[in-house]
This record gives sequence, structure tokens and C-alpha cells, in this order.
Amino acid sequence: MTKEEIRAAIIDILNDIAPDEDTSTIQDDVSLRDQLGLDSMDFLDIVMELRKRHNVEVPSPDYPQLATMDSCLEYLHPKMG
Amino acid sequence: MPKDQLQGIKDEYDVIVIGSGLAGLTAANLLGKQGHSVLLLEHHYQLGGMATWFRRKRGHIFDISLHGFPYGMIKSCRRYWNREVSDRIHQLKGVRFDNPQFSFETTYDRDDFTRILQEKFDQPKERIEQFFDRARSFNFYDDDGMTTGEFLEQCFPGRNDVHRLLMEPIAYANGSTLDDPAITFGIVFSNFMSKGVFIFQGGTDLMIKLMKEECQRNGVDIRIYCDVEKVLVDSDKVVGVICNGRRIGARAVVSNANLKGTVQNLVGEEHFTREYLDRLDKVRLSSSSCQVYMGLKPGETFDYLGDLFFTSTLDHFDSVALCAKDVTSRTFSCYYPDTRPGLDRYAIVSSTNANWADWAYLSKEEYETEKQKLIDDTILSLEKYLPDIRPKLDWIEAATPGTFTRYTKTVSGATFGTKFEGLDVSKSMPDQIPGMYHAGSVGIIMSGWLGTINYGVITSNEVDIYLSRNQTV
Repeated sequence: MTKEEIRAAIIDILNDIAPDEDTSTIQDDVSLRDQLGLDSMDFLDIVMELRKRHNVEVPSPDYPQLATMDSCLEYLHPKMG
Repeated sequence: MPKDQLQGIKDEYDVIVIGSGLAGLTAANLLGKQGHSVLLLEHHYQLGGMATWFRRKRGHIFDISLHGFPYGMIKSCRRYWNREVSDRIHQLKGVRFDNPQFSFETTYDRDDFTRILQEKFDQPKERIEQFFDRARSFNFYDDDGMTTGEFLEQCFPGRNDVHRLLMEPIAYANGSTLDDPAITFGIVFSNFMSKGVFIFQGGTDLMIKLMKEECQRNGVDIRIYCDVEKVLVDSDKVVGVICNGRRIGARAVVSNANLKGTVQNLVGEEHFTREYLDRLDKVRLSSSSCQVYMGLKPGETFDYLGDLFFTSTLDHFDSVALCAKDVTSRTFSCYYPDTRPGLDRYAIVSSTNANWADWAYLSKEEYETEKQKLIDDTILSLEKYLPDIRPKLDWIEAATPGTFTRYTKTVSGATFGTKFEGLDVSKSMPDQIPGMYHAGSVGIIMSGWLGTINYGVITSNEVDIYLSRNQTV
């Protein structure tokens, strides 16, 4: 997958996890937690969905790598590319 | 001849869940939904673990742990249960405090607390913002050893009254103290502050009924009166359980029993490394608690007292005093007719934290005396706010540390599970024995209705990974 496709896949997941939030205005260099009011369970959900939908594993020590959209792409691209 | 509670079960399941507390129920439900064959075994006649209730004469229902949880409960129930469950969760807007240091009502969220800290405690806005931001930034994976007391002292030096405002409700929510890690306070407090306190409309019994139905829709085989005696380990991995004297095979087991009881009684210490047992030894249990139910006669009412009312006669805040037998602090959960629409009943449940040691070694007679004293003192303290309440009361009953141990088989009446170190021991159980998982109230942050549901989710995810990797041939 290209970074653009991975981004779209993450947005898909975020739309399901935070249905009340507007994901079209996400700034890629700002913390997702602050932009979307996500809590730690929401992050676990992102990880679970990544595994189910794209077969990619994110071990818990790596969770901080999912802080912003930029860092997500940086971290996930080698795994999903 | 007694009924065979295990009649019709299969010889082997993908996963057996021991205990139907909220963590066990949630794990069973999700694993069932993912298509695994799941058997849920509960020793009691009722599901729910500590999310429990006692049905009494004249329509009284004593909810033991229906007091309030954070907004995250709506998200978790919507995602891992269903809309029927999550749509019944609604906000409690009247959180009250009354103690020698302060007295007011709040919606218990960040905006209102910011206002209160400015207006009533003279704190500058920047300091308040800084405190909230720091509390919110704590992650459970970066414990730096700071205690809650130290954190609060750094943020609001010398202000015991502010510490009380910030800590007292959390102490009731999960039994934590000022000596527990600041991250546990930060996570739980921030969860509450994001949107306030919420409750399940319809009562604990309805919530558990809806969850049971959802489990069944997802194919979970649920059995009550089924006491698991042993988890079976063979060739260093889990192979099943012994329940009501019968062997049932399983590729994975999730124990929703107390952490220590799981290792010591269910699995057996011989299956664990010395290092693990040493870590388990160091796990401290959280405190116990007492509840007193005071239900009004049909047609009787009381004036609005708030929804959740934190009271104390102690002139300063002190975590130790909160559990003392000589009770100075109580929380009243007030149930109005809209708590259980259709029942049209007013009731109050008073909660106090308690030490197991204060109750464990009493004779039967002494225990009854202490229980009566708890009831009498509770009514007296309620009369301070509702002077005409006594003649209106119809059913009064106390649940004490012994009650918890009897119905949930918890160790030492531990209402809130274990202290922080229990989380790591719980999570690393499958590293000791492949296929053996624990989910339940541990580590303070995984305590309470929301915490245990979320921990059930986390564990079910691990079990799903394990089962997918170890497909049967």
C-alpha cells in the first residue's frame, strides 16, 4: 500500500471508532488524541482493526508511534507497504 | 437428584471463560462474536460478578455497584455490546460535596471544575489548565514512580482541600489512595472529567440481562451454578477445566476470578516460575467496601439530594480514614424513579470504603452487631440532610466485605481488585502458560465497570490472536 492508501485505511478505521468526529479536517502533524478526543481504548481499537482488516500487528510498546497521522504512516508504511 | 447444570455441553470449546463479571462477560461476548466456540461458567445463580443486585420484597432492588462511570462506557458498550445497552446510559448531572472544607454541587467535568477551582479555591487558570493537561497526558506504560499525593502536591501545593476535591471521588470509584501511582489517578480522573459521570438507566439487572441476551445471540454457551475447581494444564499449555467434577476441554481459558485465586487455587502454583510467583506475592489487593441500601415505602419521596453525594465530617482529606471502621466519609447514590422507569421508587445506597481486616476476624455475633451499627450510623448521617427520612424507609440492608467474598469468591473482600502492580502480573499470565489468560479488576485503571469491560476487550483480543495462530488440525 502507498502512504496515501494507508492514510485512507486509517481514516476508515477512525470513522468507525469515532463516528461523531469529523475526520476530514485531520492535521497530520497534530496528535490524533487531541484532535479527535480519543482515549487509550480508542487506540487499542485502531490496533485491533489494523490487525483484522490489514493483518498488521502493532505490539503495545509501539502504541506511542500512532500518536499523529504522520507518525502512523512512518511506522506503518514499512509494515504495510 | 439435583439438575445437571452442564447437561448438553460439548466436550471441547475454543475458549472457556471462568466467571461472569463484566470482564468475563465482555471477553465471552467478543470471542463468541468472532466465531469461536465459547463456554461461560458462573458459580453463582446470577451473572455480573460485582455488577450485582439483590431483589427484595415489595419490589426493592439493591444495586451494589451502580454508582457512576465515565463517558467511555457509552463508547465501549456501543462498540463491544450493542446500542440497546449503550442507549440506556445517561449522565448524572448532580454531583454534590459536603464536608468541613467545602460544600457545593457540580456537573463533574473539566469546564465546571475549572470554574470551581477558580471561584471557590482561588486557583489561577493557568495552573488549573496545566494540571488537567498533565493528568490527561499520563499513559499506563510510562509509570515514573510518582504518587498521586506527590502529583497533587506539585500541582496545588499545600492545598489539602483541593486534593480532596480531586481525589475523594476517585477513591470511591476504585479504592485508590494518595500513595498509588499518579498515572492511575491521571487516567481515571481524566476519563471522568472528559464529559462527567454516567449511569445505566434500568438498573444493574437490566444491563446484565441485555448482555446475557447479546452473548447468547453470539453463540456463547452460558451455565450458572457451575463452579470451576481446576484449570487443566498439560505439556505446558492449557487444555481445559474441571467443573462440577467434570472435565471440559478448551484451547484457551480466560479467568475472570480474582488474580491470586486464579494462580493459587485454579491453576496451581506448580505451573508458574518462581519469578512470577514472587511478583504475584507482591501484588497488593485494593480495599473492600460496604453498601447500605435504604429503600422508601411505595409513594414516599425525598427532596432532591443530588445524584451522587460525597459527604464527610472529617476536617481534612486522608486516604486511610476513608477506609476506617470508624466511618467519617460516605457517598450517597440517590436513585429517583427515572433510575428504573416503571418501578416508581426512591432509594439511596450509601457506600463506604472498608478494610477487610476490620471485618474478617469477627465472630458471627460481632459481625451482625457491626453490620447493625453500620446501618444505624448511616441513617443518622443521612438524617443530617433528610431529617424526615427515617419513617419513610421500608427496606434497609447492608452489604459488607463478607458479602463480596460469598457471592463473587473474591479474595479478602477486595471490591476494587488489585493495586497497580497487578496489571502486569495479570497480563503476563499467558507468557507463563500458553492459552491461560486473566481478565478482571486489576491495576486500579482496569477497575470499575468501564475498566473491567475494557480489560475484557483487551484480553479477548489477545485470546483471538492466540486461537488464530494455533488452529486445530
